[in-house]
Amino acid sequence: MTDTDWPLWEVFVRSRRGLSHTHAGSLHAPDAELALRNARDLYTRRGEGVSIWVVPSAAITASSPDEKDPFFAPSADKPYRHPTFYEIPEGVKHL
Amino acid sequence: MATAAAHRAAGTLMHGAADAIGEAEAHQRAFDAAVAADERIEPRDWMPDAYRATLIRQIAQHAHSEIIGMQPEANWITRAPSLRRKAILLAKVQDEAGHGLYLYSAAETLGTSREELLDKLHSGRQKYSSIFNYPTLTWADVGAIGWLVDGAAITNQVPLCRCSYGPYARAMVRICKEESFHQRQGYELLLTLSRGTPEQHAMAQDAVDRWWWPSLMMFGPPDDASQHSAQSMAWKIKRHSNDELRQRFVDICVPQAESLGLTLPDPDLKWNEERGHYDFGAIDWDEFREVLKGNGPCNEQRLSRRRQAHEEGAWVREAAAAHAAKHSNHATGTEGEQA
Repeated sequence: MTDTDWPLWEVFVRSRRGLSHTHAGSLHAPDAELALRNARDLYTRRGEGVSIWVVPSAAITASSPDEKDPFFAPSADKPYRHPTFYEIPEGVKHL
Repeated sequence: MATAAAHRAAGTLMHGAADAIGEAEAHQRAFDAAVAADERIEPRDWMPDAYRATLIRQIAQHAHSEIIGMQPEANWITRAPSLRRKAILLAKVQDEAGHGLYLYSAAETLGTSREELLDKLHSGRQKYSSIFNYPTLTWADVGAIGWLVDGAAITNQVPLCRCSYGPYARAMVRICKEESFHQRQGYELLLTLSRGTPEQHAMAQDAVDRWWWPSLMMFGPPDDASQHSAQSMAWKIKRHSNDELRQRFVDICVPQAESLGLTLPDPDLKWNEERGHYDFGAIDWDEFREVLKGNGPCNEQRLSRRRQAHEEGAWVREAAAAHAAKHSNHATGTEGEQA
């Protein structure tokens, strides 16, 4: 981002009630209010949303792609967290 | 955020790579493995400098084309023949602005800025599609652009939805969904004219005659003369060659023209049973190169209009920034999940 560019915002759109907000894309805007209005014009021109969140991109903390292996490693070696890990005799129902 | 295969490859290699050269090679191998496995490259992944530069050039050119592309059609908004057509055209031109913005955002994930992109467009250092350097002389041109220019764009863009660079592919998915309306409104417009008075029919035919060849040029130079094609295909930025996509477009258009009751301006156009495709005449690549060099009918007009719009909008940007600064204590803090 340069000096004259407005800050970057990430846009999250809830497509309908009952669903969570999903990342739709990003845009530049001088403040939150205009970010919301721009997001409406840019990402919901065809009724794609019933609610929008805008978040300054700079406020997002992300895991590093370089750390991916060790960072997520603890979940990789625990197959017993999945229901398919367990052997159940045939014929046992509702389990 | 590269994917499993890439990280396995990187991980294996990194252990044995103590020096920087080994590390660079490990990065390259991880990247190659991700592309080979048809996985997506994401913004913070390591990528070759040339891959990054190629994507910035291509996405920027694509974004600029959407923005400049608003002009030839906007030329007819105030003169649309009915309120219905006017509303449709306004919505379409607004979509083009939206497409430009999705694409600028995608380009910015590669480390360039919006200001830099606009500056390069305004100074002519980055290109936009040559097709927009042709004038829209009649109302029928709005139809011909929708049918042929947007049709060619769709043929080009559908495979880009599977491009190896994640943000570009995601922008293309959104764009392709919206382009379909553009093409259909153009086709319907032409059909209405074609079935209208003899004058209206002639106007539609004239527009198709003028836009057909420039539309075929939109696919770029022939494969043997395309300087970036081979590398872009290897990186899976491009999935099909220029000539392959051009042929696909011709095959689609011929029966559509028949349904319109209009002809395509090519005496050599005929079905080739053996190839299972339509043969078509030679494209005037000299014209293509001339327009690309800046000598098309509207090059100067398009760029100066764009610069003018940017300069005349400066006070709006300044006012918005001043307002934001004044109210900066209210600028954040919209409600979260409770909203």
